Amino acid sequence: MPETVTPTSDFAAARISLWRRGMNSFATLAAAAAVILVLLPLGAVFGYLVYKGIGSINWAFLTQTPKPVGEAGGGMANAIAGSAFILLIASVIGVPIGIGAGIYLAEYGRNQFGNVVRFTADVLNGVPSIVVGIVAYAIVVLSQGHFSALAGGVALAIMMIPTIARTTEEMLLLVPTVVREAAYGLGVSRWRTTLSITLRTATSGVITGVMLAFARVAGETAPLLFTAFGNQYWNWKVNQPTAALSLQIFTYAISPFDEWHRQAWAGALILIVLIVVAVSAVRIVAGRGMLKGTS
Amino acid sequence: MTGPQPVAKQEVAANSEVQAEPLLKAGNSHIADGVFHFAMLACGLCVLGLVGLIIYELISGSRLSWHAFGLKFFFRSEWDPVNEQFGALPFVYGTLVSSFLALLLAVPLAIGVAVFITEMCPRWLKGPLAFTTELLAAIPSVIYGLWAIFVLVPVLRHYGEPFCAHYLGWTGLFEGPPYGIGMLAAGIILAIMVVPIVSAITREVMTAVPQQQREAVLALGATRWEMIRTGVLRNARAGILGGVILGLGRALGETMAVTMVIGNRPEIARSLFAPGYTMASVIANEFSEATGDTYLSALIEIGLALFIVTIIVNILAQFLVWTVTRGTPARTHA
Repeated sequence: MPETVTPTSDFAAARISLWRRGMNSFATLAAAAAVILVLLPLGAVFGYLVYKGIGSINWAFLTQTPKPVGEAGGGMANAIAGSAFILLIASVIGVPIGIGAGIYLAEYGRNQFGNVVRFTADVLNGVPSIVVGIVAYAIVVLSQGHFSALAGGVALAIMMIPTIARTTEEMLLLVPTVVREAAYGLGVSRWRTTLSITLRTATSGVITGVMLAFARVAGETAPLLFTAFGNQYWNWKVNQPTAALSLQIFTYAISPFDEWHRQAWAGALILIVLIVVAVSAVRIVAGRGMLKGTS
Repeated sequence: MTGPQPVAKQEVAANSEVQAEPLLKAGNSHIADGVFHFAMLACGLCVLGLVGLIIYELISGSRLSWHAFGLKFFFRSEWDPVNEQFGALPFVYGTLVSSFLALLLAVPLAIGVAVFITEMCPRWLKGPLAFTTELLAAIPSVIYGLWAIFVLVPVLRHYGEPFCAHYLGWTGLFEGPPYGIGMLAAGIILAIMVVPIVSAITREVMTAVPQQQREAVLALGATRWEMIRTGVLRNARAGILGGVILGLGRALGETMAVTMVIGNRPEIARSLFAPGYTMASVIANEFSEATGDTYLSALIEIGLALFIVTIIVNILAQFLVWTVTRGTPARTHA
């Protein structure tokens, strides 16, 4: 390597270069070792999930509600459906507000007030999920008088909004101003331009943001503990306590029963598969190009 | 954006009546535009309102406990729901110790990973490696907790903790019976969860260092490692610090995985083998069972403290990252 700095004595130069070359190799090795050390737990988590989970997933697990302690069998069907239900409520509340806030930031928010909103969104993004749970409890559960799917949905929606808003803004800003000007030049009104031209052009990017937010809240447990609360039975009512996959995994994992541990692994496997599918879908959508039709 | 429209309207309307109709619609768009602007503004205000609501609910919810214990709440170690005596010191201690332990383990690894991915590894390996480390961040906390209970804790109990006690027992940090469950397990699982955040930010700020920096240092005859150390890491260090602090923010607020392995006992012990309790886990465990207004209020006050600390930490981190990625590298170094 390039250690040809005019040497004062051959001996010193050789010694320094050996030291430097050694450091270089050592640093490379250390960085590679760090990568391996980080990938190790990832491999261990996935390996164990598949190893422990796959044997416990069967038809009963996917179609039945939990059995009482001591009885074998039973499943998490109500928890899987409950998770989907809560996530649906969260998406219905969070996605429109998030995208709207993103549009505001990108199209109208290039000013002092926009900066305030942007900053606040970043603050909201950093709020610990358990604190969001407390707030959803105070707003929804206290006013309703009992735990409910709605409270869980509100908690998750609060967590989705900042992520969606910031990615939507980023994606809309990638759309060239020329495209907007072309629409204005044709006499298209501003709101129409934003919805049919700008947002449309950035669709795949916006979807990426929504899916990322979705994947982020899909496994959340802490904000559901005292909002959705969990339920042993089926529930489709918005104002009743509802089971969730993540809650069920938590309850089963800290229980002392082997049968429940087995089911916790199975539930975790299903949850991770759902999330990995969502994240991979994002990669594929994003890989097709953030902005179709502008390049 | 009503600027161009009136002009077009005048010209075209004079030429032909056929095109007048769509343009009349365009004239109405003034109202529609206003409505749309207002609706989007309302969504933006929602974000402001939510943060305001969080602050309001936390402050009003914790008022009772604040009046009962004042600032001393955070310096008392008594936690006695029956006699309604509450102090948050063990939880503050547990949160700080587990988070710093996590950073101690995670930061060198995360920087190593970032250096390897951005500067050392072959091009074809870059994408997959970056994706895999990102995947670590996508695993839900409850699954980390599950894995920690059934894999990490037994390994610690049978191999890790006896090993530490034998060789590092003289420090006093590794004493007592090796339960497996305790502060050490919480720190390790937090470290695994923090690594992807720190390494993602570190990668981002390292990529923001201009290519000419690297070329200039290499041209002076530096080895690759010297180039990374003096040309890249030194320029990016404010941003890397930002990433570390962002990781701290995540570790402070992390709930489920920690709750599942820390042991949940409100005690302050010197040994890392001993069980502890964190601010987030005490809320998770006791909130839905809290009987009595003071009890609930004390838990909400812990939530308020957690909120304030994570907000400050996150703002600081974003500022530090911004100083590097805004275009010019930080000039703070000597």
